[in-house]
Amino acid sequence: MMQIALLSLLVSGSATLLSLLIGIPLGSTLGLTRFPGRRIVVSLVNTGMGAPPVVVGLIVSIFLWRNGPLGILHLMYSPGAMIIAQVIIAFPVVAGFTLAAVQQLDPKLRLQITALGVSKVQMVWQMLLEARLPLLAAVMAGFGAVISEVGASMMVGGNITGQTRVMTTAIVGEDSKGNFSLAIALSVILLALVYLVTLALTMIQQRNKIR
Amino acid sequence: MNSIPLTAPRCVLEANNLSIILGGKKVLEISSLQVRTNEVLVIIGPNGSGKTTLLLSLALLLKPASGTISYQGHSINNAAEILALRRRLAVVFQEPLLLNTTVWNNITLGLRVRKISGEEIKARTEKWLERFGIASLAQRQSKTLSGGEAKRVSLARAFALQPEVLFLDEPFNGLDSPTRQALMEDFGNVLRETNVTTVMVTHDRNEALMMAHRVMVLMNGRIRQDGTPSQVFSYPIDEEVAGFVEAGNIMHGSITSQTEGLALVDIGGQQLEAVSELAAGTNVTMFLHDDDITLSIPQSEIKHSSARNQYIGKVVKAFPIGSQIRVTVDCGISLVALITRRSWEEMGLKQGQTLIASFKASSIHLIPRR
Repeated sequence: MMQIALLSLLVSGSATLLSLLIGIPLGSTLGLTRFPGRRIVVSLVNTGMGAPPVVVGLIVSIFLWRNGPLGILHLMYSPGAMIIAQVIIAFPVVAGFTLAAVQQLDPKLRLQITALGVSKVQMVWQMLLEARLPLLAAVMAGFGAVISEVGASMMVGGNITGQTRVMTTAIVGEDSKGNFSLAIALSVILLALVYLVTLALTMIQQRNKIR
Repeated sequence: MNSIPLTAPRCVLEANNLSIILGGKKVLEISSLQVRTNEVLVIIGPNGSGKTTLLLSLALLLKPASGTISYQGHSINNAAEILALRRRLAVVFQEPLLLNTTVWNNITLGLRVRKISGEEIKARTEKWLERFGIASLAQRQSKTLSGGEAKRVSLARAFALQPEVLFLDEPFNGLDSPTRQALMEDFGNVLRETNVTTVMVTHDRNEALMMAHRVMVLMNGRIRQDGTPSQVFSYPIDEEVAGFVEAGNIMHGSITSQTEGLALVDIGGQQLEAVSELAAGTNVTMFLHDDDITLSIPQSEIKHSSARNQYIGKVVKAFPIGSQIRVTVDCGISLVALITRRSWEEMGLKQGQTLIASFKASSIHLIPRR
């Protein structure tokens, strides 16, 4: 059971990190610049925030099948495949939250930062620093989305004992076998895990709120 | 170093044929504007006149639809030049616009991006925190500051950059009266000490009177008048400008004595009484609103009046403004009074007529002269 919990953390943790690397630059670009087709991209990101994990799982499966376009990588039914699927689920969530976080900043503040003589890259960095608290919500939402999803992990991971079995797929498996007590125990552990990670992030986020 | 031309004051910033279009509407059209080295230029105008837009475009924060802006004779073209030049300027906005971090980090950000050495950053930051009386706030989070404190931080942040030109957009707006007064005093002293070339935008003519070497009146996106404060306020170019600057009497003099808050002011040989706490010997600019002056025909004897100042003079000029008439009376000093057309008619006034101009000591506004 310990191994299952650790694999869950490993897969969803790395998927969250990777989705931050994609989602934050994407979200801040969409929030701070204007270019033709920007609204289309924003609507795609918003759609991605609500994309059903099973559909993502199906698409990733098609790509990773042995005779699929990326079959040569032999990733199907591996933790790597699960990370890929979870990144695709999480990065639009992170991008969407980042977009909202930088857009709610005072546009005049941006003018002031520009007036201080910063370059474009420095400006984006300062705006992200300014939005750091709402950005933690992006981390929480991204992690929450992937640690709790089951459809994609099942489809691209396969719920193989000792290899790709994670908390959510294990709960589904035990439940279907009638092992309700084990399913409940796993659920409690999963909830506790989500709570602890969120608690840590919330502590950081709310640290400076008390005056 | 360029040699300084002897004929004209050196010009640090110049805008030519500048036009700015916002939302399809031309909001600014400036044929020519120069900012001279070490001057304090105050641009005044009513709300919506384009003041802020003009300031932003001069500070290279708003791209004009057409026209050129040049610094020290070089015109600015590409993004790299704009960035390099922005690093020689500083802008203070109406709101303090501080970053959500400590006061110290707020002040050092502009210095850090300029790649100034750590020692120098520390020295300058300490100096300007001290100068604006906020040294004790250095480690405070900006969010915990009061409005006045935040404003001081934003001013210290600008001065720490040692800009070649300092831009200010209504910097004293939105502060309560004592805070505002204290800040204006400190800011005025710093301006005098640093001698930094300054462009300030405001709708408050008292600020212009206190700070400006030169005043520009901006209305409907065009410069309507450009001159010294006393030229602009005493001799507005037309009715519209006069209506905005609420033209009054501006005179220079000095306080000869002051007892219990009542000062005797010498203006061109005439003694005036004014309510003021300023000490004897202070050189002052006197401001007297034109509709605070009452004109009356001398009767057999002058009645007792609560107006501390009464002078006999002659009407030298009368100029109608709408339903009112601006009457210039020569009483040794030249006073401009605003009276209604009806008063003018009922009193049967005419040029050369002798009358009494009276006004209260509390109507006079005295400002120490720079």
